[in-house]
Amino acid sequence: MTAVDLPDIWSYLNREPLLWLTATLAAYLVGDQLSQRAGRNPLVNPVLVAMLLLGGLLWVTGTPYPTYFEGAQFVHFMLGPATVALAIPLYANRAQIKSALLPMIAALVVGSVTAIVSALWIAQALGIDGAVWLSLAPKSTTAPVAIGIAEQLGGLPTLTAALVILTGIIGAVIVTPLMRLMRIRDWRARGFAVGVAAHGIGTARAFQVNQSAGAFAGIGMGLNALLTALIAPYIVSLFLY
Amino acid sequence: MIPAVTILLVCQLIGETLARGLALPVPGPVLGMALLLAGCLAVPRIAQIVMPTAQGILAHLSLLFVPAGVGVISHLDILGGSGPALFVVLLASTALALVAGVLTFVGVAWLIGNKSDTAQSEPRP
Repeated sequence: MTAVDLPDIWSYLNREPLLWLTATLAAYLVGDQLSQRAGRNPLVNPVLVAMLLLGGLLWVTGTPYPTYFEGAQFVHFMLGPATVALAIPLYANRAQIKSALLPMIAALVVGSVTAIVSALWIAQALGIDGAVWLSLAPKSTTAPVAIGIAEQLGGLPTLTAALVILTGIIGAVIVTPLMRLMRIRDWRARGFAVGVAAHGIGTARAFQVNQSAGAFAGIGMGLNALLTALIAPYIVSLFLY
Repeated sequence: MIPAVTILLVCQLIGETLARGLALPVPGPVLGMALLLAGCLAVPRIAQIVMPTAQGILAHLSLLFVPAGVGVISHLDILGGSGPALFVVLLASTALALVAGVLTFVGVAWLIGNKSDTAQSEPRP
């Protein structure tokens, strides 16, 4: 005499956003806790931990990604307001930003061009071509812009989204060891560079380490979205002719 | 908190409308960010209202990338046979962009005698 059927409960939970929304927050909390316990070791990236946990859970339960996203979309939606909220650290650090305008513009142009050209160059050397090659051009910009640029260039939007996320995670993981290796102690420079090279995920890492770095990362991300949209088509055309 | 969220959403809404309406190459939320910055500069009270909520959201910015990250894990097959090569490209190119960007920033700041007042500050615990 069973009061309820387990499959019934499962099908209810899969219809409602509750389960996967909760799972997303819980997985992030686990990732964040692990990251804190590891003393914010860059290898223990909260996004990486959470996505591996949830990816495993989806695989084990045979849940398709769209079902998961029904619940997770509320978290995903907050990316928009969070981008707007980056204005607040910009405002709070406005004096510092104003005084560093010239280094910022120079680092933006050099970082942005390096990100695009090196990706296309190395990919070409490794024999990647066609739509996959084109999808690499905007990989350092924030996802919505990157997808728009990829479509315009003739790349693959879904692949671009994946490349963008992976770039962000790689940037967030390597930035701290790389900067230590180079003995760079200027938080403004570290933050700005990671915002340009690794968009929002890099910016999230910067905020973990230092508030000033976070503010400069936010502006690097915003400016690079604009610059890549303007120069990526031109750089790609230089490669092709 | 509600006034703060409303201000953020209004800025995003105006940004999205402008970006789409004028077919600008910038995403709506980035325009919204510029708009909110302009708003804060014009009316400092806006910054006070939004500050606590904005800091709360930004402290957990990583969380917001989790759904998209799970999408990548679930669709690893779209990387196709070139997966390992693509990984090498991303790793090398991101490292190069980081090094080029940070050296340019530090170099130009040094050339114009612009010193960082944050260089000595401690990392946040």
